[in-house]
Amino acid sequence: MELNLSSEDAAFRDEVRTFIAENYPQEMRVPNPETDLTKEQSLLWHRILHKKGWIAPLWPREYGGPGWSVTQRFLFEQETSRAGTLPPLAFSVTMVGPVIYTFGNEAQKKKFLPRILSGEDWWCQGYSEPGSGSDLATVRTKAVRDGDHYIVNGHKTWTTLAQHADWIFCLVRTDPSAKPQSGISFLLIDMKSPGVTVRPIITIDGSHEVNDVFLENVRVPVENLVGEENKGWTYAKFLLGNERTSMAGIGRSTRYINKLKQIVRAEIPADDPAHLEFLRDIARIELDVLALEATELRVVAQMARGIDPGPAASLFKIRGTEIFQAITELTHRAIGNYGLSIREHPVSANRFMPGPDYGHTASEKYLNARKLSIYGGSNEIQRNIIAKAVLGL
Amino acid sequence: MDIQFTEEQELLRSSVQRLLRDQYAFEARRKIVAREEGFSRKQWDAFAELGLLAAPFSENAGGLGGGPLSTMIIMHEFGRHLVVEPFVETVVLAGGLIEQTGTPEQQQSFIPGIADGSTIWTLAWTEKASRFDFANVTTRARREGSDYVLSGAKTVVNAAPWADHLIVSARTAGDDRDRGGVSLFVVDRRTTGVDLQSFRTIDGRRAAEVSLRDVRGQLLGGEGEGVAALEVCRDRAIGALCAETVGAIAELNAATLDYSKTRKQFGTTIGSFQVLQHRMVDMFIAHQEALSLMQHLNLSLSAGDSGLSRLASGAKSKIGYAGKFVADQAVQLHGGMGMTDELNVGHYFKRISSINIQFGDPAFHVLRYAQLDAAA
Repeated sequence: MELNLSSEDAAFRDEVRTFIAENYPQEMRVPNPETDLTKEQSLLWHRILHKKGWIAPLWPREYGGPGWSVTQRFLFEQETSRAGTLPPLAFSVTMVGPVIYTFGNEAQKKKFLPRILSGEDWWCQGYSEPGSGSDLATVRTKAVRDGDHYIVNGHKTWTTLAQHADWIFCLVRTDPSAKPQSGISFLLIDMKSPGVTVRPIITIDGSHEVNDVFLENVRVPVENLVGEENKGWTYAKFLLGNERTSMAGIGRSTRYINKLKQIVRAEIPADDPAHLEFLRDIARIELDVLALEATELRVVAQMARGIDPGPAASLFKIRGTEIFQAITELTHRAIGNYGLSIREHPVSANRFMPGPDYGHTASEKYLNARKLSIYGGSNEIQRNIIAKAVLGL
Repeated sequence: MDIQFTEEQELLRSSVQRLLRDQYAFEARRKIVAREEGFSRKQWDAFAELGLLAAPFSENAGGLGGGPLSTMIIMHEFGRHLVVEPFVETVVLAGGLIEQTGTPEQQQSFIPGIADGSTIWTLAWTEKASRFDFANVTTRARREGSDYVLSGAKTVVNAAPWADHLIVSARTAGDDRDRGGVSLFVVDRRTTGVDLQSFRTIDGRRAAEVSLRDVRGQLLGGEGEGVAALEVCRDRAIGALCAETVGAIAELNAATLDYSKTRKQFGTTIGSFQVLQHRMVDMFIAHQEALSLMQHLNLSLSAGDSGLSRLASGAKSKIGYAGKFVADQAVQLHGGMGMTDELNVGHYFKRISSINIQFGDPAFHVLRYAQLDAAA
């Protein structure tokens, strides 16, 4: 399914497609790009996009964005996702960058934005805490003013790829007496500061994506406060809105469905009754994808006409993650007995994995995908948002 | 239909519970799984000492005569504690096949070693293209004197790296997918021509790809009767694995309920949210149904009822789906914590996922359940 494209937009799409085909680094085509690449390898594509001027589709031209229309941004997202490219680090480009250019001061824009675009700085997100998951407004990490500095103490968790990070953007409590939402500030902290400790959290797939970040008497210059003190909740909500866009994941789901079909063809003989069952299950998921894609295109068309999509992002998050989980489950089932094996992390070519190559990441993907309905606002929270904001309940 | 345990069965249950509570806490298990070998000889010996490895065998064969109900009691507790030692492979699969099909000499020579914990066994039936079909066998065996010589490859053989003996299915006649012509053989794992490539499984255990090149094996059961023997064996294995799943479900539900009463968000415990209450009610219902069906199956196994195999497939499917539902929701309701290696919840999730693959997934068994009805 495609948008009805003007000839300019169609030409743009072709240009993006060609650029990806000619420039996406072979080195990044590994079995599982999310876990198998080093920091340097995962930045290769980022640097290529930066050089081309395409690293930050969302950003206004004055800060280094390409100045694309809603439709162009969507086409770029669609093409990169269909081609299976590793998206540039969202925490840097999609999340903290827009907060800085929207709410930051000139010095902050000058200092941070170019380094985000170039990939020189790697950012991580200091939002969740052990006691603040879905209920983010209760963050307890404290920042106390001491002359030109804040002294920060607290414990952030589920911090994705903090092990690579140069900077962390944090929600900190600056006014303990105010109502939860009104005493929060948005602070940028150098990960090299004394008192910052990163501890790996290993997840059920065996990989190391997330971390605990401990902040003990960390001295943060006051100039690293974004916007106004105690207004951090506004900025945080602005950022979460960006986090939930493009959660539909149509391109990714389509790629994984194609791979699943290939596995089913290879693993299950056509005269096995299970073959037909798989075909039917796959078809159902394809229809889910088709319906979600149609919804996405409808919303994009509305946005292009200047209509606010409202909480459509919540719908995309719910269905996009449910669909992808279903695909990983079906893929795990399709490889049959080999579903008992799983790659050990850190991944090494020396370790033996049984069965055909196409099955080697099925178990870890299946397990890892459980997180999708939990993170970025759990699917229960997303349903609450729709109930309230759309249905008025 | 609630099972009233005999005094003896109660004793078995409480002694397994005590042993596991004292020696198989989650952190102790974690250490066992992390070791190179991946299981604990010491635990295995403790199981033997307690009589668990002898429990289901008939007294004639040197066992305690507890039958499928003793297996059920043991496996339910093993499921609650995520025991990794190869009880199913050694006692239920191999031991069961030897008792079911072996000659008196074979029973006398093999079962005592299983019962006293000195030998570990496993069953090697899966092949690259077999999926869940016992009859899909390309490994070949040819007669040579009083012995047979086997060549071929078996895939994802659970517990093979730990095993002293394998029971291997191999073709003595017929084509690759013929039901007839498959026979079972006892193979010494250390014998010439047996080659293992070991790996970790999703549930923290060990398995191997097994290649057989001109390996000497001893026929177990009648020549060409392997598939029928494996089907009976699978029914018993399903009884055991379903008990294990129900044990895991019980723990997941208890952990989730407990968490929902202590975890606070938005100024209240998350257990006060109706959407999560209903979810946990559904988990409770899934547990009740799974427990009942599991007991029904094991009582039927114990009585040797007819139509057992169809019931076994039905239970494997229904309890497999129940386990999957509960495991999914337990992870979801624990939020990020449910995703961590640190918490036990994810490990129950992985064990249930593993059980659901072994001997056929829930989709395979619901279809078999339907087909056996149509055939009746």
